[in-house]
Amino acid sequence: MTAIDPTATSATEAKARDDRRAKRFARIAKLDGWFKVLGLPWLTPILRLVAGDTPRAQLKSIWQLLGVPVLAIVLFLGAWGALAPMVQTSLGAIPGPAQVWEQVGVLHQDALTEQQKEVEFYARQANRNAQLVADGKADKVKTRAYTGKPTYYQQIWTSIKTVFFGFLVGTAVAVPLGIVSGLSPTANAAINPLVQVFKPVSPLAWLPIVTMIVSAAYATGDGMFSKSFLISAITVTLCSLWPTLINTALGVASIDKDLVNVSKVLKLGPWTKITRLVLPSALPLIFTGLRLSLGVGWMVLIAAEMLAQNPGLGKFVWDEFQNGSSQSLARIMVAVFTIGIIGFLLDRVMFALQSLFTFSNNR
Amino acid sequence: MKRIAALLATTAFFATPALAFDVEKDELTLGFIKLTDMAPLAIAKEKHFFEDEGLYVTLEAQSNWKVLLDRVIAGELDGAHMLAGQPIAATIGYGTKGHVITPFSMDLNGNGITVSNEVFEMMKPYLETDADGKIKHPISAAALKPVIEKFKAEGKPFNMGMVFPVSTHNYELRYWLAAGGINPGLYAPDDVSGQIGADALLSVTPPPQMPATLEAGTIYGYCVGEPWNQAAVFKGIGVPVITDYEIWKNNPEKVFGITEEFAEANPNTTLALTRALIRAAQWLDADNNANRAEAVEILSRPEYVGADAAVIANSMTGTFEYEKGDKRDVPDFNVFFRYNATFPYYSDAVWYLTQMRRWGQIAEGHDDAWYDAAAKSVYKPEIYKVAAQSLIDDGTIPASEFDFDEDGYRAPTPAADIIDGVPYDGKTPNAYLDSLTIGLKADEIVTK
Repeated sequence: MTAIDPTATSATEAKARDDRRAKRFARIAKLDGWFKVLGLPWLTPILRLVAGDTPRAQLKSIWQLLGVPVLAIVLFLGAWGALAPMVQTSLGAIPGPAQVWEQVGVLHQDALTEQQKEVEFYARQANRNAQLVADGKADKVKTRAYTGKPTYYQQIWTSIKTVFFGFLVGTAVAVPLGIVSGLSPTANAAINPLVQVFKPVSPLAWLPIVTMIVSAAYATGDGMFSKSFLISAITVTLCSLWPTLINTALGVASIDKDLVNVSKVLKLGPWTKITRLVLPSALPLIFTGLRLSLGVGWMVLIAAEMLAQNPGLGKFVWDEFQNGSSQSLARIMVAVFTIGIIGFLLDRVMFALQSLFTFSNNR
Repeated sequence: MKRIAALLATTAFFATPALAFDVEKDELTLGFIKLTDMAPLAIAKEKHFFEDEGLYVTLEAQSNWKVLLDRVIAGELDGAHMLAGQPIAATIGYGTKGHVITPFSMDLNGNGITVSNEVFEMMKPYLETDADGKIKHPISAAALKPVIEKFKAEGKPFNMGMVFPVSTHNYELRYWLAAGGINPGLYAPDDVSGQIGADALLSVTPPPQMPATLEAGTIYGYCVGEPWNQAAVFKGIGVPVITDYEIWKNNPEKVFGITEEFAEANPNTTLALTRALIRAAQWLDADNNANRAEAVEILSRPEYVGADAAVIANSMTGTFEYEKGDKRDVPDFNVFFRYNATFPYYSDAVWYLTQMRRWGQIAEGHDDAWYDAAAKSVYKPEIYKVAAQSLIDDGTIPASEFDFDEDGYRAPTPAADIIDGVPYDGKTPNAYLDSLTIGLKADEIVTK
């Protein structure tokens, strides 16, 4: 063992260690992209610190990426908790963080109670049916769905379904229209004034019109969707398609002229031209538009649900406002945070999709 | 042997009596407004009275009375908790048209009139007090008259809220004001504001928004059902001055309304619904209101009325709080079953028709036979009787709890039971109209 040159060993070992380190850092750098997409950028400096990077620089970025936001949230909660009790309303003082958190528990408990009631309902139904069979009236046996109130979780789920339905319909309309108006200046001149007029219209103005049209066109009401669902989803569509339309048109119109010339030289057909050339180059801007649209849609949905009385978070807020009990304000605040957090998550999902589908790094 | 007995006991416990009626439609959606008198619906659901009839009912809170009525007429709702005036007005074609009937009255009394703190302070000098310095009830609107005159002198309109043009609250508020010498204004075919010649201007506000509207200063007082009068006391924004029990003892209030079309197509479902609702009403009043505390807990759930249990309990358990701390016994504030509360009397319908006529919603005079025919096309005691009889037959409710009137008219209300001492007999509507002071007489027409 002693025959081997110790310096040489340490040199190869050091090199191997450096290699491993470099590899680790490379891996962390790769992960960093994902952390950013997920909204967790502060994980990178922590990992780097664990991996043995310079502590000073890493601690500084941890402070900036994690410490400052956490501190800001704590300060916000502190200020809220201190100031809220000072504002008296006819429903009592404005609830602080503790009361709001308590209502989170109450809503969860409500959901569990409702589940319990559902189980009991099916047990009663099974008993009744068994009794009917025993009495020889098997033809009278009926199985019916439980008719209790929707739980808070079901309301969240309804809202998410509605916003995505409205958003998908909006996208299906906006992207083709955007491509057409991006490719042809004539089409753009035709579409643009309408876009400019309809874009700033509030969902509250659309809602009565949508309500009447859906009620007239969907008179039977026994299709796949309930009327109130369609009304709020279509209102979302009407308000959320504009950012996608405008951004798609812009993205398509600003394709590199060289690429357009190449397509002319190659005599590409219109379909090939759109799928091979226009869409890939316009994709980053289309996604920017989609992200904006989904954000607008989510914001609009709450207002639409409130007015259309479609079960969902908006109706939850409205019902609580109508109830006017001493817990109502705290419950409404739970809904406010739920709406905010879901809106944030939706944006992250779109951002992640955008990162997956587009090749350029920073859009 | 013991085990078999236990087994028998459990099956007997779960065994449901054979369904009374073979229902045509078993999945139903019923609408309601967040008011304590929707209780029979909530109780029928939570106590499984609907399920016992083989009905699977979804209860849906509606945002206001117009939406509720429109949705029933459009068939989106199978039935609903309604203002007694709604089926009548819809059937005779005032407002939204549609033939709506009622086989079941939901309750008696249950409303109050509240004024803002400011107005109550202004009324105070005109109120009588007893030996202990406590304010004497019932308070007459005569004490409000000088306040309204003061508003008039300052050029400020005196606005008040009621829940719907054909609601009990509109007629009760008008009755109370008129009894105190205040003109609440008339309706005309070309002016449906109901403010022609008015001293107090009445407008529509949905019940749950009453306290907020009063707080905002848009209105100075309102007439509404519970819990929205007691809510004003709890929030310290207003003072209830009178309950409708004091305006007219045991006056008819909400009804359960369905379209005539629904009742024709689903006669057994209608009977089954009526049966479940009678059971719920009987449960609410059973053993001297023994179940009311449980009812309060159910109603305070967010999906039903949703107000604080303490607010709902104030009126549901036989008391009523006027000024803060001035809690008095009003044992019959909410009556759901006793005094034949659930029987759909023709005379109740006729009273609403006379009030529609009195304030010009019915533009022209009609003979007594017209009132009788209109009442009979909306109120359906024949359905109620079949449902009630089936409950007697299977031993659910003893026959002694019911009192079927042969001709469907309530005995005339004596003068002592009404605040202005004008007796009411449903069989002579025109004579009754002539006996009231303010408002249109039997054949008068509004001319501007």
